[in-house]
Amino acid sequence: MRRFLRGALFPVAFLLFWEFATRAGWVRYESLSWPSAIAKAGWMALLDGSILQSTWETCQSALLGLAIGAGIGVLLGSILGLWTPVARMAGPTFDALRAIPSVAWMPVGLLIFGWGIRMESAVVAYATTWPILIATWAAVRGVEPRLLEVADVLEMSFGERLFKIVLPAAFGRINVGLRIALGVALVVAVTVEIAVNPRGLGYALVLAQQSLRADLMYAQILWLALIGFLLNALLKTVDGQPVRVGSAA
Amino acid sequence: MSLVEGQATKPDRARPPGAPALSVRDVSVTFGAAANRPVLKDISFEVREGEFLSIVGPSGCGKTTLLRLFAGLMKPTSGAMFFDGKPIAGPSRERAIVFQDYTNALLPWRTVAGNIALSLERHVPSRADRDAQVDALIAQMDLGRAAQQFPPQLSGGMQQRVQIARCLAQQPRIMLMDEPFGALDAITRQTLQDDLLKLAAQKRMTTVFITHDLEEAIYLGDRVHVLGANPGRVIETIEVGLAKPRNQLTTREDPKFLAHRHHLFGLLQGH
Repeated sequence: MRRFLRGALFPVAFLLFWEFATRAGWVRYESLSWPSAIAKAGWMALLDGSILQSTWETCQSALLGLAIGAGIGVLLGSILGLWTPVARMAGPTFDALRAIPSVAWMPVGLLIFGWGIRMESAVVAYATTWPILIATWAAVRGVEPRLLEVADVLEMSFGERLFKIVLPAAFGRINVGLRIALGVALVVAVTVEIAVNPRGLGYALVLAQQSLRADLMYAQILWLALIGFLLNALLKTVDGQPVRVGSAA
Repeated sequence: MSLVEGQATKPDRARPPGAPALSVRDVSVTFGAAANRPVLKDISFEVREGEFLSIVGPSGCGKTTLLRLFAGLMKPTSGAMFFDGKPIAGPSRERAIVFQDYTNALLPWRTVAGNIALSLERHVPSRADRDAQVDALIAQMDLGRAAQQFPPQLSGGMQQRVQIARCLAQQPRIMLMDEPFGALDAITRQTLQDDLLKLAAQKRMTTVFITHDLEEAIYLGDRVHVLGANPGRVIETIEVGLAKPRNQLTTREDPKFLAHRHHLFGLLQGH
């Protein structure tokens, strides 16, 4: 508790100074609001449900995109990890594709899908595929060879080998890729919304900025930080929980 | 118990005891470009149906390589191997292998029961049948209290019991064991040796047991092959001929046991 208080000292002092300095007119910028106004704007947006609505929209496309990206990434990563010849053939192609910035696909997505959740999650899927693919690839290659020999001797089919041996053994390390991808998903979704897609928190940010509502803008940014934090905490609880990996004595 | 015994023998395919179960002809193994320094050179012998064959040799003589060949996890550079008259083409459920490094060979995310069930899934479709077989093996291998624990929570001896149980569950026609007790303390080791002998006698299980401990080789085996190193080859075969069941005290004090020990010790010293 003492530690917490000591840690809170600086931010609280900073907030107080900010509040006082802006109100007293020492600093005057349209881009700058003050803490009490930001809190109020956030509270109002919560009350009228607008921020929850846009949060829902952003999370929808981020999670849908992540799910698609995870599916593709885990599948391709497993194939590359299990078959070295395939990895040798496909590796350069993947490296080239990966080098394309995901946001560069926004115009393409817009052409194909138009505005809406589909183009947004498509771009998110593209962006999240790579960290998951690479994590899965490395994780699958790192699976204890002895376990694969056990699968050989038991004459397991490819599916059995994948779901009973490889993926459970690789789960811990794939989960690391998933957590990185989750952060990417949120960033890309908001970016797409700010740039082209009129929905979600990104678009709400643009609206607040265009109507010179700095208070609302900052409230939304803080809200985004909170969501990122909560999603990460959620995945952390999954990390290593149902699957016991790496604890071999 | 009776359930497990019943499944172990498949009368329709049983061979008479003493007939060759596994035969190796002129097998050589060379790794990479070192063609002039083979790991194994011109190995030829037979494993008889129902026998307990120990293979003993100094480290680096290719014992483990030999066992991996039998399991089908490796192919020889030259020569032929037959199991049941058919050439060995790859791994098979008929040839179970117990690895020395049990920590790597067990699935740490599955319980003891789950690890044993791994061999049965897909082959025993009924959940109830499978559970019954798992329970029987757990009782047989003395794993009762550990059934719902995870391998990393168990001692080395217990983990090796789990691996043996999983191999038994696949109803193999031969057990290949690669220094299974090498990493265990002396007391655990002796208990497991005796349990293994009981098991082998009960099921008339054909077993190939690799060890670097020549006393263990003599104590367990019906026959002992001695491998020499550089290149690995069979330099001696002895018929053990000690009374069964064996006993940790009296067998090891038997003049015959000691004579074998002297003989093999001399051989291994020379290499």
